[in-house]
Amino acid sequence: MNNSIRVNCTKKNLKLIRDFVTEYLEALALSDILMNQIVLAVDEICANLIIHANHEDPTKYLTLKVTTQKDLAKFEIADQGAAFERSNYKEPNIQEHIRMGKKGGVGIALVNRIMDKVEFSTDGSQNICVLYKKIK
Amino acid sequence: MPMKITQEIKDNTVIMTLDGELDASSSVILDEELSDPEIMRYNKILVDCQELNYISSAGLGVFISHLQRFEDAQIKLIFYNMQDKVRNVFEILGLDLLMTIVSDYEEARSIANE
Repeated sequence: MNNSIRVNCTKKNLKLIRDFVTEYLEALALSDILMNQIVLAVDEICANLIIHANHEDPTKYLTLKVTTQKDLAKFEIADQGAAFERSNYKEPNIQEHIRMGKKGGVGIALVNRIMDKVEFSTDGSQNICVLYKKIK
Repeated sequence: MPMKITQEIKDNTVIMTLDGELDASSSVILDEELSDPEIMRYNKILVDCQELNYISSAGLGVFISHLQRFEDAQIKLIFYNMQDKVRNVFEILGLDLLMTIVSDYEEARSIANE
């Protein structure tokens, strides 16, 4: 099976991405909860890239590549939008979000709590986010 | 359509049934439903999550953003029949401690009537 998928930057493609990850990892027979967590973390990164980095511009693309080796799954997500600045990131205070009626801002917290390692890099034109998850 | 939301009014209670996947694309519909001023006429909203197969931060964010408004209006928001994998997403952020999630309709009903 092909281990990568390229989609344009529209939110409708998030379902395609989730189905691709689910299908790719199916043979590993992960628990429902673990499979859902992994799919969720990839979905959160892709949603951020589509909405914030690429402003849902359908002429822009992102590529997801999945590899598994022994006990590790690796997800590389590349795009050409605005790079994520980790130094500007603050862990959300959920109770504060509730008080303020805030809608967004908890996606990266989910990714950080689910994944074993999260890396962001950019060479100026291409940004790559790499997610690692132990699967055994 | 990845998400279907239906509402039924029973004994001054809104029973909202979620069917499908709540992601950054589909959560807009949920926001519209919860923003409808009509819903504020009822003081109990029971959310049936049996057919909710997926929720991302966008879906959680919609509930988070309405929680205080419901609380201020003394509207009880209660989730029930939630699949383990979906409940796990609430738990990762500690939302299971800040929202009311119970096992089934009977329990939801009894907490709503307390």
